[in-house]
Amino acid sequence: MTRAVIEMRGITKQFPGVLANDSVHFRLLEGEIHALLGENGAGKSTLMSILSGLYKPDAGEIWLRGARMNVIGSPRQALDLGIGMVHQHFRLVDSFSVTENVILGTISGKLSLKIKDYAGHLSGIAQQFGMKVDPYAKVWQLSIGEKQRVEILKLLYRGTDLLILDEPTAVLTPQETRDLFQTLRQMAATGKSIILITHKLQEVMEVADRITVLRKGRNAGTVAVKDTSEQELTRMMVERDVLFTTAGRAKTSEQPVLTVQDLCVPGDHGRLAVKNVSMDVHAGEILGIAGVAGNGQRELTEALTGLRPVSGGKILVDDVELTHKSTRDFIDARVSSIPEDRLGTGLVPGLDVYDNAILKDYRKPPVGKGILLNHRAVHEKAEKMVDQFHVQVSDLQYPVRMLSGGNLQRLLLAREIMSQPRLVIASYPARGLDISATEAVYRMLLDLCNEGTAVLLISEDLDELITLADRIAVIYNGEIVGVVPIEDADIEDLGTMMVGGRREAVTE
Amino acid sequence: MNWERFGIKIEKQLHTTPLISFSIPLLAILLALLVEGVFLFISGYNPFEVYGVLFKGAFGTWYGLSESIVTAIPLILTGLGVSIAFRMVLWNIGGEGQLYMGAFAASWVALSYPDAPAYILQPAMFMAGFIGGALWGLLPAIPRALKGVNETLTTLMLNYVAIFWVGYLVYGPWRDPQSYNFPITPDFSQSAILPHLGNTRIHAGILIALGLVVIVYFVMQHTVWGYEIRVAGESRRAADYAGINVVRNILLVMMISGGLCGLAGYCEVAGIFRKLQHTISPGYGYTAIIIAWLAKLNPWAIVVVAFLFGGLISGGYTMQAAGLPSTTVTMLQGVILFFVLGGEILTRYRIRFIRKDGAKA
Repeated sequence: MTRAVIEMRGITKQFPGVLANDSVHFRLLEGEIHALLGENGAGKSTLMSILSGLYKPDAGEIWLRGARMNVIGSPRQALDLGIGMVHQHFRLVDSFSVTENVILGTISGKLSLKIKDYAGHLSGIAQQFGMKVDPYAKVWQLSIGEKQRVEILKLLYRGTDLLILDEPTAVLTPQETRDLFQTLRQMAATGKSIILITHKLQEVMEVADRITVLRKGRNAGTVAVKDTSEQELTRMMVERDVLFTTAGRAKTSEQPVLTVQDLCVPGDHGRLAVKNVSMDVHAGEILGIAGVAGNGQRELTEALTGLRPVSGGKILVDDVELTHKSTRDFIDARVSSIPEDRLGTGLVPGLDVYDNAILKDYRKPPVGKGILLNHRAVHEKAEKMVDQFHVQVSDLQYPVRMLSGGNLQRLLLAREIMSQPRLVIASYPARGLDISATEAVYRMLLDLCNEGTAVLLISEDLDELITLADRIAVIYNGEIVGVVPIEDADIEDLGTMMVGGRREAVTE
Repeated sequence: MNWERFGIKIEKQLHTTPLISFSIPLLAILLALLVEGVFLFISGYNPFEVYGVLFKGAFGTWYGLSESIVTAIPLILTGLGVSIAFRMVLWNIGGEGQLYMGAFAASWVALSYPDAPAYILQPAMFMAGFIGGALWGLLPAIPRALKGVNETLTTLMLNYVAIFWVGYLVYGPWRDPQSYNFPITPDFSQSAILPHLGNTRIHAGILIALGLVVIVYFVMQHTVWGYEIRVAGESRRAADYAGINVVRNILLVMMISGGLCGLAGYCEVAGIFRKLQHTISPGYGYTAIIIAWLAKLNPWAIVVVAFLFGGLISGGYTMQAAGLPSTTVTMLQGVILFFVLGGEILTRYRIRFIRKDGAKA
């Protein structure tokens, strides 16, 4: 039981501008369910992509059953070594049957197929691990949980004994989650090793044997479930150095700029992603929304900028109702947003700095004069932006996709700030930025709110929220599960609420 | 595929230098000539002789030159038309059908009001040509804008509908009773014919085409609406974020795209054929796609490329007369597009040679 199947030593992987893994160690034992825990951007996926052959590490060693692997060159090679990954987005052919999907890629050079034989074999495997699957069903007829089972079967059929599951429960109902965990336990009992990438603490405590926590690309520790608690894990996940202090904050006004009442917003698949959310953001206030990504933040921000239709409730900005209004109406009400996806939504990658500088006010004078575009005004505006906010760019005629992450964010913020907004909705404004760029972004947001702008700050970085926000609301599963004034904020309690932990800890 | 085994590494290129974006179409044309030359050689022709005749036919004589310009007129208009749609990432493959519908609508005006004076008839035919093409472009744009139906297929299929519609008219109700059963309409009245330059076939359509090039350039670069199109073409999400009405713009862009192609149809019937017939276009609407790509959707470059392709087509007629294979031209167009699209990759990726030990050279 205690033999190490995989040992990853000193794995380092650098992406342009980001150190995704910084000499990470990871040891997986035979027959265990090992959870890999961490916030978004902690380096979980990178580490697992290295293990499954998608990326090559810049440094470090991988040992498989005591033998050193030079490198795992491709997912194919990883499969041959018995390492398989179930991705969040399924890779199945909808029009094929379950059996056809499973055997796809394993049969070559055969002219005729005895699907029945394969189907029988498949049913055997499925039964062994307690999975209910009809081998003749077409994939498009299956529920999401069933599709996931097919993905797992694909790996088991190929004799995989090391399964990596990337956020497997994100798409499952509670019942399906229970079934999946049952299956995982049965697989572990037969000596298969399982890595569970997740950020849900309750599930980790329920199903895992051991847990490795990553934080900002580094090891934050490996512990056995029986020796730890949700609180300890939270601390390991979110602890970090404070790199910024706020000084001279202006007083928050009593006047609410944004009022949201019982807002319900459907997600991409029709289910409610935001449920009965109510909140106020006052002039000169930063309201932080804490939560693990995927708990309704994107849908909330899209609804608050008119990009996504709402199914219930009210949105008011400066006492003017904007529910069901268009994006243009929100812009005209001086609602600004710093989207999560800076390059592609907030900025247009293929257009130059000039064109990007006027994305929000190209219709309004002095930039838009009737049907004509006033190029002189455009140039003045762009140059002022670059000057005032220290955007480093060698030529304003270069497409903005060539700017670094920090400069992109500066440009984006510069544009939104110069529109003199009443409300700014900033989603993960410092994500992926280095320290100096992060500080610049923080400074800009604080200056804004000192000038009386209301700021809604979406983040999963609790230190960032505690540094900047006046109040922090925690969103979980589309609901605001608590609002904490900054004086009473405790990083561990917030962390617990973010992962759906009991909220009693905080309400007192 | 793992190219590193062969000592080659393919990396994403962050920015394209002007030199590369200019030299790639040029290289594509040269490579196409080379490949085509090999084919000609295998088929027993002397590629130099064939290319010589082609070039001389296209640009070597005053007559050839004028014919190249004549052919360039519908190519500029259709190239301009499809390039506007391409800018918004709408794959309008229906330029040919839109050209036919424009020709149909302009002919309808010309045949219905033969006695109207030119200063009324020409603007009316112009408008009809534009509207005919615009509606034909709007038709596939509606399902595209509202339901996301793939416009590549619908625009392509509507080409056949338009061509058969014109065929039906000239073989049926619109056939000239005095035409000895040729599938043609009666000749247009004098006022429905575009004026010509001297004794060449170069007609006033060239002014229309060049004028529209200037207008399209101006609209794209200097108007608020052109800005919206540029944003929406680069990123749909950014357009939504900026409050740009993408659905309305899809409809508008496809109408204008179709309208410009329709004007090509008007110029052909009013400038060249002086009647409606079944064979008004040897596939200008398709060649336009190649032209738009080669020109990188730039209106000025479209003029140059359209002139070169006009030469290619008119030179092809000369070759036919000289007993040489005129299909060379069709094939050449295809091979050029092939290399242009292939070369696109070079603008986005760069190839690096690495030594066997893995160090980057």
